[in-house]
Amino acid sequence: MIEVMNLSKSFDGVPVLKDISATFKTGCTNLIIGQSGSGKTVLLKSLVGLHVPDEGQILYDSRNFTEMHRKEKKSIRQEIGMLFQGSALFDYLTVEENVRFPLDMFSGFSLEERRERANFCLKRVNLENANHLFPSEISGGMQKRVAIARAIALNPKYLFCDEPNSGLDPKTAIVIDELIQEITREYDMTTIINTHDMNSVFGIGEHIIFIAKGKKQWEGSNDEILSSENQELNDFIFASKFFRKIMSGEK
Amino acid sequence: MNFLFHMGRYALFVRRVFGKPVNHRIFFNQIAQEMEALGISSVGIVVIISFFMGAVITLQTAYNIEMPFIPKYTVGLAARDSILLEFSSTIVSLILAGKVGSHIASEIGTMRVTEQIDALDVMGINSAGFLVLPKVVALVVLNPFLVMISMGVGIFGGWIAGTSTGVVPSADYIYGIQYGFIPFYVIYSLIKAVVFAFLITTISGYWGYYASGGSLEVGRSSTKAVVVSSVQILLFNLLLTQLLLA
Ligand SMILES: Nc1ncnc2c1ncn2[C@@H]1O[C@H](COP(=O)(O)OP(=O)(O)OP(=O)(O)O)[C@@H](O)[C@H]1O
Ligand SMILES: [Mg+2]
Repeated sequence: MIEVMNLSKSFDGVPVLKDISATFKTGCTNLIIGQSGSGKTVLLKSLVGLHVPDEGQILYDSRNFTEMHRKEKKSIRQEIGMLFQGSALFDYLTVEENVRFPLDMFSGFSLEERRERANFCLKRVNLENANHLFPSEISGGMQKRVAIARAIALNPKYLFCDEPNSGLDPKTAIVIDELIQEITREYDMTTIINTHDMNSVFGIGEHIIFIAKGKKQWEGSNDEILSSENQELNDFIFASKFFRKIMSGEK
Repeated sequence: MNFLFHMGRYALFVRRVFGKPVNHRIFFNQIAQEMEALGISSVGIVVIISFFMGAVITLQTAYNIEMPFIPKYTVGLAARDSILLEFSSTIVSLILAGKVGSHIASEIGTMRVTEQIDALDVMGINSAGFLVLPKVVALVVLNPFLVMISMGVGIFGGWIAGTSTGVVPSADYIYGIQYGFIPFYVIYSLIKAVVFAFLITTISGYWGYYASGGSLEVGRSSTKAVVVSSVQILLFNLLLTQLLLA
């Protein structure tokens, strides 16, 4: 469980996040949704310590991350896996080396064992026979899968995904979403996913936080989202004319 | 104000660069790779430039002191001292600031804008140290060798130019390059080579590391890296000359 309490963050005096409080549950997919530029990435990066929040607390299973020393933070970081908006694979390493990287750095395993683990993770994301290719030689969807494999290599307790399916076709996007949900349940991780994709919201939105203008506007599940009264949220969900037509047709 | 900001941030950056590496086996592998990428691959350009530099220095010296009462071997002596004291270390380092500096800044800058540096940070890796320290070590170790190669090739280039044009007889040139040789000149140059290598790698690493935005900014930071490290080389050249030779 990750708890966020009264988190605020601004850049050069311009507030991006304002007083955000939320709880992210273990074993289910927590979604942060909001428009482009609403501060999703900043929130996610603040959670993992890539941005230092101006105010507020972040608790990893009651361990206060904001007040930790560098050493303690480092040990929590080994429990974190993160998937970046643009995959962020190391482009000088092959697919297998990318997945092996955290193991090479931190595990005391032999090369054989590290290889085995990397291959296991690659298999888990349904990516085989690509071990010796470089990131530039594989498709965007494959890159995301390699990035997921790398993120889960060290068996993390916490998984952060920044728009895991942006830039993918709808079918591949759903495959990636479901993969993340499966892995989350399988390893009982606390998973937080940034997205503005409505397919993801309805598909894997077990717990959703909606932010707009730097504030948390709404919280709930995908079952509740359509019946929400929140104006901002409705504007966000029903942004497409097509979707509005379907919804009004149903009513 | 801007200058002070960069000075301060650069100082903090350098401190992080010298943090303890997480995994020593990987660290030494990285150093070996960087030696190849930054040092060995620069031997060709160093040889070419040094050869012509030595040739031109010799010819110019010869034409400038063409007087009957100055012995011919002076040409060899003057060419040697210019090469050892100044040209090899400074010119080679300036060339490297262009070649290696832009390479480092664009490599690290690209990693920054594609979030690869964030990926390292999230894993709990000191990204500044992980990316830049192997480069610093590799170039600090190899630059003195490059400068020594340059000295040898430069003096050889001078001999070829001098004898083939007939402005200085071979025996005179060879006598000249041995006459009144001061070994400290070589050491002085090698000290400069080490300092310049440190400046090139840390300054270029700094500009790449703090690139932000997209590929345009990466290009800009790479230009900045070359300009700033070149200017710093010239500045420290002045400083070290005053410190070591005065
Ligand atoms: N390092 C930074 N320095 C200054 N401003 C920043 C920085 N990072 C983000 N911002 C600002 O914070 C705001 C929120 O950005 P953020 O990247 O979090 O949006 P987002 O919700 O992730 O959008 P998208 O869906 O397009 O990825 C933007 O207005 C952006 O300009
Ligand atoms: Mg984003």
